[in-house]
Amino acid sequence: MSRSDVLVDADWVQAHLDDPKVVVVEVDEDTSAYDKNHIKNAVRIDWKKDLQDPVRRDFVDQAGFEALLSAKGIANDDTVVLYGGNNNWFASYAFWYFKLYGHGDVRLLDGGRKKWELDSRDLVDGSEVPDRAATAYKAQAQNSAIRAFRDDVVAAIGNKNLVDVRSPDEFSGRLLAPAHLPQEQSQRPGHVPSARNIPWSKNANDDGTFKSDDELRALYAQEGVDLAQDTIAYCRIGERSALTWFVLHELLGQQNVKNYDGSWTEYGSLVGVPIEIGA
Amino acid sequence: MCGAKAGGPDLAGVDVANETIIQGSVTRDGEPVNGYVRLLDAGGEFTAEVPTSATGQFRFFAAPGSWTVRALVPGATVDRKVVASQGALTEVPIAV
Repeated sequence: MSRSDVLVDADWVQAHLDDPKVVVVEVDEDTSAYDKNHIKNAVRIDWKKDLQDPVRRDFVDQAGFEALLSAKGIANDDTVVLYGGNNNWFASYAFWYFKLYGHGDVRLLDGGRKKWELDSRDLVDGSEVPDRAATAYKAQAQNSAIRAFRDDVVAAIGNKNLVDVRSPDEFSGRLLAPAHLPQEQSQRPGHVPSARNIPWSKNANDDGTFKSDDELRALYAQEGVDLAQDTIAYCRIGERSALTWFVLHELLGQQNVKNYDGSWTEYGSLVGVPIEIGA
Repeated sequence: MCGAKAGGPDLAGVDVANETIIQGSVTRDGEPVNGYVRLLDAGGEFTAEVPTSATGQFRFFAAPGSWTVRALVPGATVDRKVVASQGALTEVPIAV
């Protein structure tokens, strides 16, 4: 596997805008961004409404994912290209989610919506929605090799790599959420003991594109993360850590990396687990 | 929508007393600019990023201390250093 199998640039997307076997999918933190404008022929997946169980805190099940993709007109053999705002946080989350259910060919648009906008590329009006015929999508059972749960995290303290990808102020306990969100939260501040703080942003340039494989490898080496060991990445709700998972698992080809989607909103609310505060 | 609005977005429903708010607007020749605003901590590390609103406005919920606000718009990057405190609005007008 190489970088170009999972990451495409804006020129590639531009050249495939009318290719019926390439489905461009917008997944944004701000789920209404699509309504304002979007890349031509892109469909929307709403990370809250479409990807979460409406009652329990968990993902939609295999049948639910099949129904979603079928309704969106995505076939098993389509190439899915994900993009979104906020440096592809939620597009990365959707990438990981598509892999969790075994989609074959899924890629990220490098830099996402921001890079596209900063390059002043065309976006169509929000009302211009593609007409894709429904499919009979078949998902696979969840791939547990890439998803971590709370007990995995507690068991990893002190003996596996725990990478906390939140900002230094969230890691130390000074902030409870990324600073574009209000800070009133129910969970305790801090981080999982023995976790290394390597903010997701160190993987990316200011325009949201990923750094080179060599730069990324150097980053984790400098931070003392031995990638030969099993690694669990987490953040607040699992979207920024999905971006770090993408870097480690997809760009650098490390197979022993899991994303903990419960992340700090779960861990910081658990009774009795160890927490560290401070840098 | 057209025309820039001075200051940050509407504060209705925001618990100002308990938050440390950094907000403002990004303009070019008095007109709002569509782009992104990024908040960097005292060590220069990314803390958050938001797109500007249709009226060029942005807001962050930070912690007391020193921050850098960086506007990223087509063709320009502009930094502003600010000191924020709890219960007060730190207004950052950015002309690019």
